[in-house]
Amino acid sequence: MRVELTVNGEPLLADDVWEGESLLYLLRERLGLPGSKNACEQGECGSCTVYLDGVTVCACLVAAGQAAGRQVVTVEGLTDRMTEPAALHPIQQAFLDAGAVQCGFCTPGLLVATHDLLARLPAPTDEQVRESLAGNLCRCTGYEKILDAVRLAAGRLAADASGGHGRNAAGPKPGDQR
Amino acid sequence: MTGPAITEQVGTGTARGVGSSPARPDGVLKVTGQFAYGSDLWMDGMLWGVTLRSPHPHAVIGSIDISAALATPGVHAVLTHADVPGRNLVGLEHADQPVLAESVVRYQGEPVALVAADHPEIARRAAGRIVVDYQVLSPVSDPRTALDAAPLHPGGNLVRRVKIRKGDPAPVADVVVRGEYRVGMQDQAFLGPESGLAIPDGEGGVDLHVATQWLHVDQQQVCTALGLTPDRVRLTLAGVGGAFGGREDLSMHVHGCLLALHTGKPIKMVYSREESFFGHVHRHPAWLQYEYGADSSGALVYARGEICLDGGAYASSTGAVVANAATMGLGPYDIPNVHVDCYGVYTTNPPCGAMRGFGAVQAAFAYEAMMDKLADALQMDPVALRIRNAMSEGSRVPTGQLVDSAAPVAELIGRVRDLPQPPAPPTAGPVDLRQLPGGVGNTTHGEGVRRGVGYAVAYKNVAFSEGFDDHSTARVRLEVAGGTPIVTVHTAAAEVGQGLVTVQQQICRTELGVDTVLVHPADTTVGSAGSTSASRQTYVTGGAVQHVCALVRARVLELTAALPDLPGTPVGLRDGAVVDADGAALIDLAELLGDQAVERTDEWRHRRTYPIDPETGQGDAHVQYSFSAHRAVVDVDVELGLVKVIELACAQDVGRAMNPDAVLGQIQGGSTQGMGLALMEEIQVVDGKIVNPSFTDYLIPTILDTPPMPIQVLENPDPHAPFGLRGVGEAPTVSSGPAVLAAIRAACGHDLTRVPVRPQDIIG
Ligand code: FES
Ligand code: FES
Repeated sequence: MRVELTVNGEPLLADDVWEGESLLYLLRERLGLPGSKNACEQGECGSCTVYLDGVTVCACLVAAGQAAGRQVVTVEGLTDRMTEPAALHPIQQAFLDAGAVQCGFCTPGLLVATHDLLARLPAPTDEQVRESLAGNLCRCTGYEKILDAVRLAAGRLAADASGGHGRNAAGPKPGDQR
Repeated sequence: MTGPAITEQVGTGTARGVGSSPARPDGVLKVTGQFAYGSDLWMDGMLWGVTLRSPHPHAVIGSIDISAALATPGVHAVLTHADVPGRNLVGLEHADQPVLAESVVRYQGEPVALVAADHPEIARRAAGRIVVDYQVLSPVSDPRTALDAAPLHPGGNLVRRVKIRKGDPAPVADVVVRGEYRVGMQDQAFLGPESGLAIPDGEGGVDLHVATQWLHVDQQQVCTALGLTPDRVRLTLAGVGGAFGGREDLSMHVHGCLLALHTGKPIKMVYSREESFFGHVHRHPAWLQYEYGADSSGALVYARGEICLDGGAYASSTGAVVANAATMGLGPYDIPNVHVDCYGVYTTNPPCGAMRGFGAVQAAFAYEAMMDKLADALQMDPVALRIRNAMSEGSRVPTGQLVDSAAPVAELIGRVRDLPQPPAPPTAGPVDLRQLPGGVGNTTHGEGVRRGVGYAVAYKNVAFSEGFDDHSTARVRLEVAGGTPIVTVHTAAAEVGQGLVTVQQQICRTELGVDTVLVHPADTTVGSAGSTSASRQTYVTGGAVQHVCALVRARVLELTAALPDLPGTPVGLRDGAVVDADGAALIDLAELLGDQAVERTDEWRHRRTYPIDPETGQGDAHVQYSFSAHRAVVDVDVELGLVKVIELACAQDVGRAMNPDAVLGQIQGGSTQGMGLALMEEIQVVDGKIVNPSFTDYLIPTILDTPPMPIQVLENPDPHAPFGLRGVGEAPTVSSGPAVLAAIRAACGHDLTRVPVRPQDIIG
């Protein structure tokens, strides 16, 4: 079958998609967007977290056909590609600055999940962060620096929002068209 | 004249050198989704390879019929053992494992056949059409009786036995404690699945891009199996999504190459999570019987331990794990009389091999439980008892080897003891369920919840032991591009997430005073770096990079010294210039070098180790030890057997914090894996079959399960090691689990002997 959808603001299509393929497979293997990761493909690890019409989902649990005609935002879409070179989103920068990236396999899913968290709760408590990110496994870091990264990102986004350094504090809105 | 001390004397070679925490070179790629892991590789015209695995733990293969699979549209190849052109046996220490099973399968999940097809689902379905005639045999499931079972391999079922004997064989003590412990099978559970891309070169050779830990040992084994020389089998490291020991053995390597050579097309293989549980070795399950004796003052008189390790169907690194469990088996204590027997056996269970902590982890659960039991029997404080018996510099370990650098065991455990305690559990008022055992499962509002505090201290050997020729190779090139000096460092060392690429850059910056350092992709066009395991890469590959930088620097100083009219004597490099002993710049590297490059390649070895005596276990087997201590604070619902770890504090001596942020990351991640083993992680094997091969049923700690981790880092330099550093990655995995167990015992009062601890054990 043919699947047409919008990914990171760009209309894309894939032909010859087999009905059993997931949105994750579609993104990774057919659309050239391997940023979303495939650590379990059973909805347990969160490494494939993407926005689907503004709601975070495990792309491995969504059939490719279900995504037809819908808006998907992946980790590749968090970067501000309107600038040259592409500017990292403050959440991406915070993960780097806090040392929250080791092997990095969990990182794309955590970035999207954190983006969603901070859009809902700009100043979360540690307990709220833990609860919101409990669906994203990381095997390398022990999560301490991931918490640091989320705190750092929240602080910087809040400062940006109040200080107004020209950066869009919330980053791309879920399902943003560009 | 040009030794590494020179730049140290005149200051750090440049900012962002050793001791700082600069950004990792792969960081931007990783946060933007562009870093190419093994599973992300892709090539026009590539096919997907899948592996058919045995459903039985033990069976004779009568016949294999591939005709229906081969006839499936979209299928390009179906291969069996008959298609392995070289020797159909591979393995890390012993070549005992077929690439594809021939006449017998020895574990559930053993590879039997391969399929290449246009789409992974076509390949999987075709694999399902391969008809294998199995004659099922009874499994050999219990390692404690495996030595009496019919031999699974030509040499019998013993992989290795190690004995350690020291002092009086019949010692007498005032106080004696005993215990029997059982440690379950842990999985590395790296998130990036086994994966790679094999590309045929059209001339009978192959290029393999693979997520692995040791390119050269892979290359050797692939060559043996394919019957090709190393120049025709070239390996490049693909992005690695964590390893923790689980990638030291082969996974898809030979399989992918076989399919690529057979079809003439690139082959991509990616394991699913379920397949991953069958596709790599695990941490050895262990059965441990211990007895410790002390005098009435609390001084240890003797220690006895018997350890049985289940090696599973193939040896992998079981021999080395046995030696480690034996030599690390009694903890970092001074013990005058020692008797340890440790053995590893073949069974028809999943193969076991390397995992972070490598034998030391299992033993630590037993010896730290012994120390707590002794403290109890002596009515001593458990920390005081540990300090009373702590190993220190000048001690001799049970193998007789002198501890010839800092061993601050007493200080480490004292430090975690002296940290402030986390707030007491709420006894009244509104409670936050997320802070209680059972969490938002809403199983308690504080009733039945008891606080417990537990301590553990451990040590772990760093790098390869027992006389192994453990070396690394580095190539370092200094040149000028666009008027700026640039260093390129090239090794075959596997970056698996730990940050070795960053440390290599830092070492080059410090040694050569050049800020821009490129890390060449790791591949087999440079000599072996050895394995990314045993906490050894920063030590050994770091040592190699430092050594080769010194060669490059010597050449640069030589070139400088040949210049006329120098205002001083060149002694080092800093901030892009050659400097004198006061640090004053004599000439810029850009001006000195012009268009000439200085490149050197060399091997580097750590100091020699020796085999241990087969009867007494005596010998200078190890290079270095890494020490850590933990204090765990837990809240336990003693009615339901649920545990919430409130805090997990660690103190570790790292010799030199090469990259302080990365050191913390290793301690935090390592501590969490040890805690996972203590609380929840177990591959459950019933009659040789894994019953929980998924992240639904095999649980690893989430961010909700993982507590705050206050950390104290000590830097007592090891004079024998580059920069004085100690390998960091494993010790915390050894000491964290026993501390958690001790804390739960303190809370519930039961003698917990099984790891991971289960609710029914806590209820008692
Ligand atoms: S890959 Fe989708 S949740 Fe793990
Ligand atoms: S950084 Fe490796 S899984 Fe999170």
